[in-house]
Amino acid sequence: MSMNRRAVVKAIASGSALIGISVLMPRIALAAWNSDAFQADNQATAMEALLGGSPQPSADVTLKVPDSADNGAMVPVTVRTSMANVESISLFVEGNPAPLVAEFLIPEGTEADVATRVRMASTSTVTAVVKAEGQLYSAAKEVKVVLGGCDS
Amino acid sequence: MAKGIIRVKAKAVGGMTKVKMMAKHTMETGRRTDNTSGERIPARYLQTLQVMHQGKTVFAANLGTAISKNPFFAFSFAAGEPGDELMITWLENTGDTATESVKIK
Repeated sequence: MSMNRRAVVKAIASGSALIGISVLMPRIALAAWNSDAFQADNQATAMEALLGGSPQPSADVTLKVPDSADNGAMVPVTVRTSMANVESISLFVEGNPAPLVAEFLIPEGTEADVATRVRMASTSTVTAVVKAEGQLYSAAKEVKVVLGGCDS
Repeated sequence: MAKGIIRVKAKAVGGMTKVKMMAKHTMETGRRTDNTSGERIPARYLQTLQVMHQGKTVFAANLGTAISKNPFFAFSFAAGEPGDELMITWLENTGDTATESVKIK
């Protein structure tokens, strides 16, 4: 009985997942979720999987993060750049179990200026990577974390 | 999950629209254990977000589990008038998805 119920629940869950994905596909095609990159446990691997290379540090990428965070569960991050033709902005936290935090896709007409809040497991380097005209540029900064945020 | 998890402030100023949005979501990482049962809490987080204005994507994000609980995003784009609609579509890792709309102020 319980096995039966479980099978039914599973079938419904996977079915609705498929419907959801198929309905969304055409609209969300721009934003394909890269599972290899998001599951990578190493920053270099994640960058390679997501962006196909490693970035050059650039003074034109502005990364705004606090010097230290009391609570790693909510660290504010702002990234902006004056570069033209920005395609995406990605965020990495090197010391996290999965370093890739997010990838923001910047369509034409949208400012290359995004803000969000991230979790940090421990004191670590935050890196923002800007992809503009096929080239990768980065800015990085260390954030001291008093209380880790990945388990909370 | 029911509809209406996203709160948005979108303001049109001089041809630009500034958007601040927050999703009411726990963003379970799949790494936490339940204190009482000792069982691992399964991952449940928003994977993609897409914001459209008049049929054009103005913002899209692919998210991992390191985005904070109740995810917050701010961005702006060069279009939009007060009264225009923004369509926000989110997709959870579980396959749950919804589209919510909000008016620009």
